Amino acid sequence: MPGQPHGGKLVHIRQEHGPKQFQGGISIPVTADSAKTLQNIAEGVLSPLTGYMTEDECRHVMDERRLPDDTPWTIPILLHAPDSFKAGSGDEVPLLDPEGSWVASLAFEEAYSVDRKELATKVFKTHDPSHPGVANIYSQPPRIVAGRLLWVSKPPESVFTPVTLSPKETRILFKEKGWREIVAFQTRNAPHIGHEYVQKTALAFADGIFINPVLGKKKAGDFTDEAIVAAYRALMKAYYPANTAVMSVLNYEMQYAGPREAIHHAIMRKNFGCTHIAIGRDHAGVGNFYGPYEAQEIFKDFPDLGITPLFFREFFYCNKCQGMANEKICPHPVSERLTFSGTKLRNMFQSGQAPPKEFMRPEVAEVILRTEKPFVE
Amino acid sequence: MPSKYTTVSIPVSLHDRLQKLVQKKGGFKSVSDYATYVLREVVAMHESDEVPEAFTSEDVEQIRSRLKALGYL
Repeated sequence: MPGQPHGGKLVHIRQEHGPKQFQGGISIPVTADSAKTLQNIAEGVLSPLTGYMTEDECRHVMDERRLPDDTPWTIPILLHAPDSFKAGSGDEVPLLDPEGSWVASLAFEEAYSVDRKELATKVFKTHDPSHPGVANIYSQPPRIVAGRLLWVSKPPESVFTPVTLSPKETRILFKEKGWREIVAFQTRNAPHIGHEYVQKTALAFADGIFINPVLGKKKAGDFTDEAIVAAYRALMKAYYPANTAVMSVLNYEMQYAGPREAIHHAIMRKNFGCTHIAIGRDHAGVGNFYGPYEAQEIFKDFPDLGITPLFFREFFYCNKCQGMANEKICPHPVSERLTFSGTKLRNMFQSGQAPPKEFMRPEVAEVILRTEKPFVE
Repeated sequence: MPSKYTTVSIPVSLHDRLQKLVQKKGGFKSVSDYATYVLREVVAMHESDEVPEAFTSEDVEQIRSRLKALGYL
């Protein structure tokens, strides 16, 4: 049976069908990425949060990596507002999307500011603006607004709607399937053999795997959301036994906060009802900002997280072993190893070539080759 | 605002045993650090024993229909 939601209760904020007509007055603009956070709060992905963090909550998360009630929480969830923003306690503040549509309302609690350098250093372990998460902090206005969400409009239908499940839905799905042990697999990539190996290793001792690709802002050269979903469909159809794997996407803005974000990813998947989460090498990392296994080491600080991490090393194909291996189980030299480089994959696809079967399943490669734009330009 | 702390009384003999353990094993800065870890682990275990939130039968039916329509069930 899926475990308890984080903090003990699955949050649900009233969802309206479509945005409201904004008539003017005080408001806060939200970016397309922030709109994803609104949905995630509303549907309980970020339970127990019911809105944007107060100064006290933000400070606790920065300093203690916990909410004021001791619940583990590692990434501040903040709403930035223009300097000119003013409201009184309890005021209903409309949140407007980039098109000016009124997509949610917030019960204003307080406005404050946080030293951005300190925030960056605590969350990302760096204040180097070349880190995308740090750059994001510096690009936001310093004023922060806190409050509980009163309602959120449902997102418009998209091609991904049929593969987007809420935590309430996945919890009922897992129960219907009779799954008790569920491993979450977070990904931002089309699956190569290394991913499949991790998933199936985890599946060997669980009832089911929850493949949860993150959709959202990507950098040039990354697989497009369409390619990722199509590739996973092909893989699951051809290589997963029936009733062992579920795929649903998560609309979420990656922070690249490495270890802290690994905990955040675990919390979100706990809310979906998962009991375990696969954490690989450099999970949620970027560049060389974090050690290769730092995102695994941080879990020892959270004995009360309520979701069990499964740690994986980096897998490769070994010609001598004639199969998948990692440095712990394979004695052969590096020259025998085929590593799963994203750049190598991209280059092959861009020249119209399918990668070798040791690298990627032919069915998956075929789907990617057939996708009109498999990479972000 | 950083966390506030309070004092919990434990037998001195237990404290001494924990102190030795902490010094020998490493990984914890102090007895308090160790006790906090263990207590959090135990509390979380008991909290997870509590009855999970039940959904209404209407919720379940509605969601089952959507899951079936989407091919998940």
